Amino acid sequence: MSAWSESMVRVGAIFTKELIQMRRDRMTFAMMLLIPVIQLVLFGYAINTDPRSLPTAVVTEEQTPIVRTLLTALKTSGYYELVSIISDPRESAALLARGEVAFVIQIPSGFTERLIRGERPQILIEADASDPAAASNAIARAETILMRALRHDLKGSLAYLAPAQDPIEVVVHARYNPEANTQYNIVPGLLGVILTMTLVMITGLAMTREAERGTMENLLAMPAQPFEVMIGKIAPYVAVGGIQTLIVLLAAHELFNVPFAGSLLLLLAGVVVFIIANLAVGFTFSTIAKSQMQAMQMTFFFFLPSLLLSGFMFPFRGMPGWAQVIGEVLPLTHFLRLIRGVMLKGAGFGDMRQAILAITLFAVAAGILAMVRYRRTLD
Amino acid sequence: MSAPELAIDVRGLVKRFGGKTAVDGVDIQMPYGKVWGFLGPNGSGKTTTIRMICGLLHPDAGEGRCLGFDIRTDAMSIKQSTGYMTQRFSFWEDLTIRENLEFVARLYHLPQRRALVDNTLETLGLEHRQHQTAGELSGGWKQRLALAAVTMHRPRLLLLDEPTAGVDPQARRDFWDEIHRLSMTGLTVLVSTHYMDEAERCDRIVYLANGRLVTSGTVDDVIDASGLVTFRASGEGVRELMEDLRAEPGVEHAAYFGAALHVSGADRAALMRAIEKYSNVSWEEVQSDLEDVFIELMTRAGADERLHG
Repeated sequence: MSAWSESMVRVGAIFTKELIQMRRDRMTFAMMLLIPVIQLVLFGYAINTDPRSLPTAVVTEEQTPIVRTLLTALKTSGYYELVSIISDPRESAALLARGEVAFVIQIPSGFTERLIRGERPQILIEADASDPAAASNAIARAETILMRALRHDLKGSLAYLAPAQDPIEVVVHARYNPEANTQYNIVPGLLGVILTMTLVMITGLAMTREAERGTMENLLAMPAQPFEVMIGKIAPYVAVGGIQTLIVLLAAHELFNVPFAGSLLLLLAGVVVFIIANLAVGFTFSTIAKSQMQAMQMTFFFFLPSLLLSGFMFPFRGMPGWAQVIGEVLPLTHFLRLIRGVMLKGAGFGDMRQAILAITLFAVAAGILAMVRYRRTLD
Repeated sequence: MSAPELAIDVRGLVKRFGGKTAVDGVDIQMPYGKVWGFLGPNGSGKTTTIRMICGLLHPDAGEGRCLGFDIRTDAMSIKQSTGYMTQRFSFWEDLTIRENLEFVARLYHLPQRRALVDNTLETLGLEHRQHQTAGELSGGWKQRLALAAVTMHRPRLLLLDEPTAGVDPQARRDFWDEIHRLSMTGLTVLVSTHYMDEAERCDRIVYLANGRLVTSGTVDDVIDASGLVTFRASGEGVRELMEDLRAEPGVEHAAYFGAALHVSGADRAALMRAIEKYSNVSWEEVQSDLEDVFIELMTRAGADERLHG
């Protein structure tokens, strides 16, 4: 019997033991399968970075056809929901301050008359920009919406008011996600978030549990090499990660209709490397943590930067240089590029080589660190 | 170098934990085929010494061999042929009895695994409970399971760390019968214990205090070497005399057991002067027993300045 096959038998022994323990620990097992479902429902259905139907108050004393045209145009754009039309500007300020409306549109008295006289009257849009992300899209589109509506109305005797043709025509193609569907961005990214959170935590706990229960001493007293323990311990969780991947990809396809433009095989290859990278991090944590509680805390120290700096929550390019450097180290950053690239853009291996290489490097480094840190003794 | 007939041959073992010395220069030369008892108060360094012998801890100083393998560099070989039973039950409580044995059998790469596990279960008498989780077993059964599990790979050396702590007398007796049975098959056994009756079942005892080896030998050797003289007082009201006797010069310790008062000291003349004052009870000189000696050794070793652990 060669040393290699003996080693494989020991890995098999640890693998089987871990599998049985995982199955018996119903709470953890349920958590690993429920977290993807819960997060999919919460993030997939609840998060929208392009909010519509924002409550809007209109301050106007006029009810001319032109004003009505403008208000209708705002309403049909989908961004503004006109909740009240009032005449007192002081009341509108209060509405904005109380947060009852996100916008106040002021059309001054005499607006129509001045328009017809060609005096370029002003319309004031006050936005509650305390949450810039919530208001920005509606603000950015306001002028276009109003101008388009006016162009339609200023015909016949009012044609002299219609603006001249723009000297240039700007054509914008919002590629890969023309409808700006937030879910197309969130749901694939969610796979990376779920894998990071559950897998780092679960391996961290699995190892520190041995130390806490005193079974580590027994394991160390038996002839098993560190790499055998590590492979045997993390292999069952690769399967768990696989199941989570299946759940998220199925939901992406069935519930959220996220397109899948690229190669499934390429994505799965990336998923496997990413899973291993996270498991190696969890294993490393378990070699440092003295208790399951500490392993849990360390998981969050890793998870939070991953969530915030990877480009999942906030645009990666919007972060300052130092934050981008941290982000570049985290495997989730590269995984997001990979999965969004493959699913939405149909990117091939050539396009994604860098992302896969970065995740692989991280996995190898974390794996080596874990093995170096793994104690063969109780010292 | 080391004599091949020694199962354990370690010299000058030192282990410190964060500046505190847990083991301070322990030498042990233990031949094959014996049952040795490891004694000493809590925190005297028994567990730490055992862990160094089987390669679970790196000694800070000292050297030695276990089964002919260097304890500092060849822990893997030592693990292959040593069975180590930890002080606290350290098998997996969420695995069934059978799964625990199977795990051990696979890890040691034992042939005919299924038959071996079946046999072990049968010998243990746990066939009908093999599918219960180990956590459901009582203390005594856990110890028996652990012993069966650490001997399944037919080790040449067995290290048992307080194997019978918290186990009832019948289970303890069964456990020791098993140890002697294993010893008959040529197994070398080092067992740490607090129980005097267990110490008396050992071929030889080693006494540690404050991380140092204080004395070793057969039970009689240890008693003789202590030079301890013990008088036994019996009669009405002897128990009430204990406090007074303890205060007498020459009396190193006094203890009441077996409906009699045992008073010991190393200086026979001083001890006799002390007990003369208590002539209302009847005195007789008795052989000091191991417990008298150990309490004496503990007292002489003085306060433990190291970290208990």
